[in-house]
Amino acid sequence: MSSTVTGRRAPKLWWNLLGLLVFVTAGFPLYWMLNTAFKPAKDAIDPDPSLLPTGVTFANFGRALDIADFWGPVGRSMVVSLAVVVIGMAVGLLAALAISRFAFRGRKIVIVGILAVQMVPLVAMIIPVFLLLNDLGQYDRLTGLVITYLTFILPFTVWTLRGFIVNIPKELEEAAMVDGCSRTGAFLRVVFPLLAPGMVATSVYGFIQAWNEYLYALMLLSQKNQTATVWLGNFTTKHGTEYAPMMAGATMMAVPIVALFLLVQRKMAAGLTAGAVKG
Amino acid sequence: MSAADTTTPVKVPPPRQAPPPPADELPRASLASGGTAVPWLLLAPCLLILALVMGYPLARLVTLSFQRFGQSQLWGFQPAEPVGFDNFAKVLGDGEFWTVVVRTIVFAAGAVVFTMVIGMAIALLLQRVSGWLKVLINIVLVASWGMPVIVATTVFKWLFDSDYGVFNALLSKLPGVEMIGHNWFASGPEGLAVIMLLVVWGAVPFVVITLSAGLTQVPKELEEAARLDGAGSWGVFRYVTLPVLKPIIVMLTTLSVIWDMGVFPQVFVMRNGHPEPEFQVLNTYSYDRAFVVNDYAQGSAIALVTVLLLLGVVAVYMRQMLKIGEVE
Repeated sequence: MSSTVTGRRAPKLWWNLLGLLVFVTAGFPLYWMLNTAFKPAKDAIDPDPSLLPTGVTFANFGRALDIADFWGPVGRSMVVSLAVVVIGMAVGLLAALAISRFAFRGRKIVIVGILAVQMVPLVAMIIPVFLLLNDLGQYDRLTGLVITYLTFILPFTVWTLRGFIVNIPKELEEAAMVDGCSRTGAFLRVVFPLLAPGMVATSVYGFIQAWNEYLYALMLLSQKNQTATVWLGNFTTKHGTEYAPMMAGATMMAVPIVALFLLVQRKMAAGLTAGAVKG
Repeated sequence: MSAADTTTPVKVPPPRQAPPPPADELPRASLASGGTAVPWLLLAPCLLILALVMGYPLARLVTLSFQRFGQSQLWGFQPAEPVGFDNFAKVLGDGEFWTVVVRTIVFAAGAVVFTMVIGMAIALLLQRVSGWLKVLINIVLVASWGMPVIVATTVFKWLFDSDYGVFNALLSKLPGVEMIGHNWFASGPEGLAVIMLLVVWGAVPFVVITLSAGLTQVPKELEEAARLDGAGSWGVFRYVTLPVLKPIIVMLTTLSVIWDMGVFPQVFVMRNGHPEPEFQVLNTYSYDRAFVVNDYAQGSAIALVTVLLLLGVVAVYMRQMLKIGEVE
């Protein structure tokens, strides 16, 4: 189609110029974060900052690591996110199997119900969740945070895995069962290997979501137990904000997540096509 | 997997009385031989956890909003006493609350319209640019989509810093404009415009990527046919592309409304954890009532009203979801 457009209407050059404008505009905040993170801190606080890098230094990263304990929050985020993903995947896989491979009364209601759970804004839940954890003695505990994160990770996991499972033809399972496999055997030998890429992608995606959560982490943990996202708040104090180290901190927070994200975007698609054997 | 499928909330329909017709059920004969106990056993852990982490707090949200619940109740010095509709009366009778409601709706509407229009424009543009540029734009979009909200907010705060922000510096390069030192957050509307820009910047990639996937589904033959019949670019878009994309657009719009009505960290962090009155939106207002004024019951009442407001939007979306469910 693009070729017919090129031939008859505005030349491609103009579309490309427009595209470049989009590229620059959308990318500028990212560029500015990196630019500030690597430039000498004194160049960052310039009322007329240079658009091009003024020199590369890693000092801001050192300063960012000094400002408050960095590895503690990162470690806690890691523990919480991993726990959420492991529990979410184990429980979610069973549920996804139930709704995608079994016909039973109430199936649709369960599907819609699980999705409906995501409807309620997290912020609306914060007060009762806070009180609940308070009553259970789980306030300011990582376990409490893990429990609450399941609220949004579980529905997401179930729904996504369902998508992957539905794409694996039932005929494959049936063939295995005809060949003498038990139902569980058919699942383990046929479906599970095909599902593995989808499970990896779903896990990583879920991990990112848990890692990025801010509100619950802020509300349900005290300063000494803070997680990585909340750690970023340490750069603003009564004495002002240290912007260059703050951008270094932001870079440290964003780059691994963005890299994972880029990776998973592809894997999600790959997982789907891998599961979709045309029957 | 399109991202749309991964983040898809929906509203519960009323339980269906009549069992669904067998035609749209899964083939029973081959795979449903395990009996009905098996699926429920598989579902049990999931449903139990959701009941605990979701059902209980939700029920508590409702009861809480009908109680008096402040700090002395939190620490257990006094029992929480029921107060009927007092909290709602207080909330709804407060002029400030309605200002916040209107502000939130205007903010969300603006953000949604910009997100959808810009997203659609970029998705269409991506079909026309050269391959290398398409790759570059996609990388930038996915990268900004993957940015943690909290990082994006922090970066925008820096971009719009009054003394050293690059945005003021760039504006000041225009002849006759002197913006160095201009504080974007001195006034609510200007500050919220910056926050809206942040929200739109973060939301556009998801819309573009989903719409781009949708655009590949538009049959080329239909477009060609429309063109042969004399339709211009706009005609093709209006009468061929748009109808095919409609379900995706409805879904994206609904999700955007839900997300944009629910902005919290963007406002909260941008205002250093203490949004001024002219920056309050429903969620920060509810938070403020609960955790700053220490009136948890009123905070709950506000949260509940917010949920009810969203239900209207979700009704549309629910219909759409059910339709998609039937197609499977």
